[in-house]
Amino acid sequence: MSREYSEAGDHLVSRQPVVLSRYRWFTRLNHWIIAITTILLMLSGLAFYSPMFYGLTALFGGGQTARWLHPFLGLVLAVGYLLIFIQLVPRNLPRRDDVVWVKHIRDVMDQNEEKLPTLGKYNAGQKFVFWAMGLLILTLLASGIMVWQEYFPDLVAIPDRRLAMLAHSAAAILMLLVFILHVYAAIWTRGTIRAMTRGSVTGGWAFRHHRKWLREVAGRARRETSN
Amino acid sequence: MTTRAPEPTTAAANPPVQPMDVNLLPSDVVRASAMPNLAPPERQLTKVAKLIDVSKCIGCKACQSACVEWNDTHPAVGENVGVYENPHDLTPDMFTLMRFTEYENPDTGDFEWLIRKDGCMHCEDPGCLKACPAPGAIVQYSNGIVDFIHENCIGCGYCVTGCPFDVPRVSKVDHKSYKCTLCSDRVAVGQGPACAKACPTQAIVFGTKDEMLAHAETRVTDLKSRGYDKAGIYDPQGVGGTHVIYVLHHADKPSLYADLPDNPAISPLVEGWKGPAKTVGLAAVGLAAAGAILHGLFARANKVTVTDEVEAAHLVQTETGQPASPALVPGQGGPAA
Repeated sequence: MSREYSEAGDHLVSRQPVVLSRYRWFTRLNHWIIAITTILLMLSGLAFYSPMFYGLTALFGGGQTARWLHPFLGLVLAVGYLLIFIQLVPRNLPRRDDVVWVKHIRDVMDQNEEKLPTLGKYNAGQKFVFWAMGLLILTLLASGIMVWQEYFPDLVAIPDRRLAMLAHSAAAILMLLVFILHVYAAIWTRGTIRAMTRGSVTGGWAFRHHRKWLREVAGRARRETSN
Repeated sequence: MTTRAPEPTTAAANPPVQPMDVNLLPSDVVRASAMPNLAPPERQLTKVAKLIDVSKCIGCKACQSACVEWNDTHPAVGENVGVYENPHDLTPDMFTLMRFTEYENPDTGDFEWLIRKDGCMHCEDPGCLKACPAPGAIVQYSNGIVDFIHENCIGCGYCVTGCPFDVPRVSKVDHKSYKCTLCSDRVAVGQGPACAKACPTQAIVFGTKDEMLAHAETRVTDLKSRGYDKAGIYDPQGVGGTHVIYVLHHADKPSLYADLPDNPAISPLVEGWKGPAKTVGLAAVGLAAAGAILHGLFARANKVTVTDEVEAAHLVQTETGQPASPALVPGQGGPAA
C-alpha cells in the first residue's frame, strides 16, 4: 500500500488509546537545530537591524563576535532546512482540499470542524509556513552571501550589495512574521507540540485535524498485522 | 596649566611648541552611527575643508607618503602592473590614493593626464554613518570631519554599502573599517592634515570651508582665463556638500577623473533599508506578536475533544479490522520506522 497522505516512518504506536508516530527522531532533532539557529539568527540579526536591539550583541560576547557568528548560523540553518525540505516536500504540495480549507479560514478560526474538509498530513497553513520559510531562507542565504564582508567582500558590486542588504532585511522581517505564525499555530492547536517533542500525537488530534492521514496510517497497520 | 589648541585654519603653519589640550572633543560630535537621540553639542566649531586643486597636482604622491607616515600604516609592497597607481586601490593601510587617468580631449585633441587624489570626502550627509549599525562607530564632528571610532567598529561592512564614493576598507587583520580621518588627531591640536602639509605645489590646502570655497573660486577664475571654460568646484550637494572639495578643469564631467561620481548621493536603496521601512517592519512584527499573545490569552484554544478520541478509536478499529485491543508495542504492530 503506497503512501498518499503520510510520510515514511508515520505509524500507529498504540490502539488504546490511539497514538500515532508523526515525526521520527531525525526530523525532530533537525527541527530543533533549525529552531535554535533561527532564534539565534533573529537575536543577532535584530541587533544589526536596529540600534534599539544592539544590546542583544552582548548575548554573543559583543558586536564583533555577533557579526562573525551570524553568517555561520545562517549556513547551519540553510543546510538543516534543505534536509527537512527534501524530506517533507511531497506532502506539502498543494491539493484541492487546501483551496477549500483556505476558503473556510473563518471556520478554522471558529473551530467549525464539520465545515472543513478532511486533510492529509498537512493543512494549507502548515504548507504556507513550509514554503514561505523555504523561499525566505533561500533569499536570506543568497543575499547574505552577497554581503558577507569577511569572505565575499568583492563578490558583487556595491550597488548590488545595497539591493542585497535591502532584500536581506525585508526577508528577515517576513521570516519573523512567519515564525510568529508558526509558533502561535502550534500553541493554539492544542496537542501539536508533542509531535515535535515526543514525536507522537493522539488519535483524537489526528482525527480532528488530519483525518485522511489517520485513516491511511491506521490502514497500513491493518496490512502490516495481517501479513 | 595648558590651554586648548586653536582651531586650525591652515596646514602650512608649523606646530606650536608649548603643550596644548586637544580641541576636538566627544562633546563636539553632532551625529553618531546608530545613536539617533544624541545630545546637541554645546558649541559649534568652524566648518573646515580640504581643497584638492587637481590642476596643480603633479602626481608626486607626497600626500600618500605623508598619510602613511602620520597614520603609521604599513601598506604591503605591491606589484608593478604597468600603471601609476600605487597601491592599486585604497586599502585598510592606504587612506588616500593618487588615481591617474589618460584622457584624449575630443574638443581640443589634447592628451591630458588627469590626476585625482582619492579618499574620504567627509560628506555633510555621510552614507557610511547612516548605514552603520554599531553605536558610535562612525561620528561626525561639528567642524564637518567624519571619523571612524575603531573600538566600536564590528567589521560588518555596512559603511562600504552606504558610501557613495567607495571609500571605506575593512581590514582582514583586525576586522575594522578604515578610511581618511581628515587627520582629526592633528586638527584636534591645531594642525592641518598631513597630506596638505606635505604637498609641494599646494594643490592640497586646508582651512575653513568658507575660505577654501573662496580660494577655489579664485582658482576657477584663473583656470577659465587660461581656456578651461568648464573649470569649477566639486562640492556635491547630493550629499549636502563635502569637507573635501576639488577644483576640476572639467567640472562638467567629474567622472573623467577615475570615475568620480557625477551626482553622488546616498542610494535610495540605502535610504529604503535604513529609513522609515525599518520602523514599518518592526511595527508589523510587534503587532503580530501582540496579536498572537492576545488571541492566545483570550480566544478559545483549539482543543481535541473526548468525541474526537472516541471517533479516532472507532476509525482505527474499522481500518485495522480488529477490535480494540491492549496497546500495541511499537515494532510489533506498526510498520518499522
